[in-house]
Amino acid sequence: MISKMKDNQNTKSVGLVAPQTSIIQDPLVLDSGETIKSYEICYETYGTLNATGSNAVLICHALSGDHHAAGYHHTDDRKPGWWDNCIGPSRPIDTNKFFVVCPNNLGGCGGSTGPLSKNPSTRKNYGPDFPIVTVRDWVESQSKLADELGIKSWAAVMGGSLGGMQAMQWSLDYPKRVRNAVIIAAAPKLSTQNIAFNEISRQAILADPNFKHGHYNEANIAPTNGLKLARMIGHVTYLSDDGLHAKFGRERLDKNTGFGFDAEFEVESYLQYQGETFVNRFDANTYLLMTRSLDYFDPAQNHNDDLRATMAQASAKFLVISFSSDWRFSPARSREIVRALLHSNKDVSYCEIESDFGHDSFLLPIPDYHQILTKYFQGIAV
Amino acid sequence: MKISELRPELFLIADWIENHSKVLDLGCGDGSFLAALQKEKKVIGYGIEIDIDNIKACVDHNVNVIQSNIDDGLSDFENDSFDYVIMSQTIQAVHHPHKTIDDMLRVGRQGIITFPNMGNWKCRVQLALGKMPITEYLPHSWYDTPNIHMCTIKDFDLLCATRDINIKKRATLNAQHEKIIGMPLFPNLRAEIAVYKINRTRSD
Repeated sequence: MISKMKDNQNTKSVGLVAPQTSIIQDPLVLDSGETIKSYEICYETYGTLNATGSNAVLICHALSGDHHAAGYHHTDDRKPGWWDNCIGPSRPIDTNKFFVVCPNNLGGCGGSTGPLSKNPSTRKNYGPDFPIVTVRDWVESQSKLADELGIKSWAAVMGGSLGGMQAMQWSLDYPKRVRNAVIIAAAPKLSTQNIAFNEISRQAILADPNFKHGHYNEANIAPTNGLKLARMIGHVTYLSDDGLHAKFGRERLDKNTGFGFDAEFEVESYLQYQGETFVNRFDANTYLLMTRSLDYFDPAQNHNDDLRATMAQASAKFLVISFSSDWRFSPARSREIVRALLHSNKDVSYCEIESDFGHDSFLLPIPDYHQILTKYFQGIAV
Repeated sequence: MKISELRPELFLIADWIENHSKVLDLGCGDGSFLAALQKEKKVIGYGIEIDIDNIKACVDHNVNVIQSNIDDGLSDFENDSFDYVIMSQTIQAVHHPHKTIDDMLRVGRQGIITFPNMGNWKCRVQLALGKMPITEYLPHSWYDTPNIHMCTIKDFDLLCATRDINIKKRATLNAQHEKIIGMPLFPNLRAEIAVYKINRTRSD
């Protein structure tokens, strides 16, 4: 499987890239009722915007993602951007054809205005005082970025997981600005179980003595144990039982049984490593905010909980993709979106990709998955 | 591909479909039939497929395709939501043909079904010689075939009669894949492929 996933030799990475920042002076009235007077959106672009501006693709990131979707920041970077296998010359989102934009979400910790930014009214970091933003707020802020970049309508808005929810919200809030919506491993709203997992993650952070009600930065500490635990919980839910078994089984680090609580099974050390690398790059306040934003996502809420009436507002063409072993956002959840779209005769295609890698499959270069994306994007007129 | 270049029974079906109608194709294959209908008949079309390579081909043909197993039912689709539900050369491969037909006629106002006619003389000769038939339309060995529910024209007529299904039109194709014109003699013996348009009288 892994060897099959290796890069097709004819495709290339976009190479070295540098993030850019757009300062948006337009006040943003949030769903919560609060207003952000001005804000910065940090983003990356790959490829070239054509003369008519018709070849732009918006990539929306998920919970722990950021604007660095493809390429490398430095020649000695160990890893490329999080969706590098999908974006680049001759890759599924072919940068020879498309101009790809990936912003860091408002409230994030990758460079856009968020808890780590200075609050202009207090001159201190926002920290826990950064308002909770919703998927709708993100779409609104991204639409301002599109205005700045001269993009009247997106050839496609695309994302996996929370990113797929943004693509869905875009198709509803700006039907005329989205020609294709590609919704991968997403759901029309979180299930009770999804919210429960988010709550456990949040409690892990909130219960860390270093959390200090969110003001940890001022004390020069961080709730790393809580954030690490939150990530470990999340990570297990992004993988499948079979996938974990195939990767680690019951393999041990040392053949001697320790009769203690240090990591002995490989899966333990793997999870701890995942947690530790995460705390070095992620902010706990952003983690809280992003999980809350996931909980609140429910576009049908304003339409008497009728998803069919909700999706009727869209005019994009849709591609919906799920993964067989994804139990966090299962194929059945994607089918809810598909069924709602069928109700109002929307153009929609749907497939469930066979994969053992759970929710995280959307980040992997699974051949069937990438071939469908490739053919779909080849069919988009620009 | 143009309609005129399609398999003969598809060419015939296309003639039965009105312009600008809404069509669901069960087991739509690579989507070339729906693509031709979209282009030449301006239909709103959706296909259902289970095979991932066929799904890729449908996406390539710019055809809406939903990956689904027909044997699991058509629960994604609402009552009377299509003008036509088509099942071409697929009925013999589903687990419960009568239930699939019920679902077709629930979702669509009309159903169009084509199947290889087991009553054809070539099949009868092979059976008379003591072997399961193998023909151009039934190329598989008995032990390795997706075709698990073979029937004859007479069988299908009986099914319709017992389940209150109206046969609105029937056409048959002979061994040369030409339409057998007029009121054919011995259709169950001569036809290689049967094509039916069916519906169900609604009580409401």
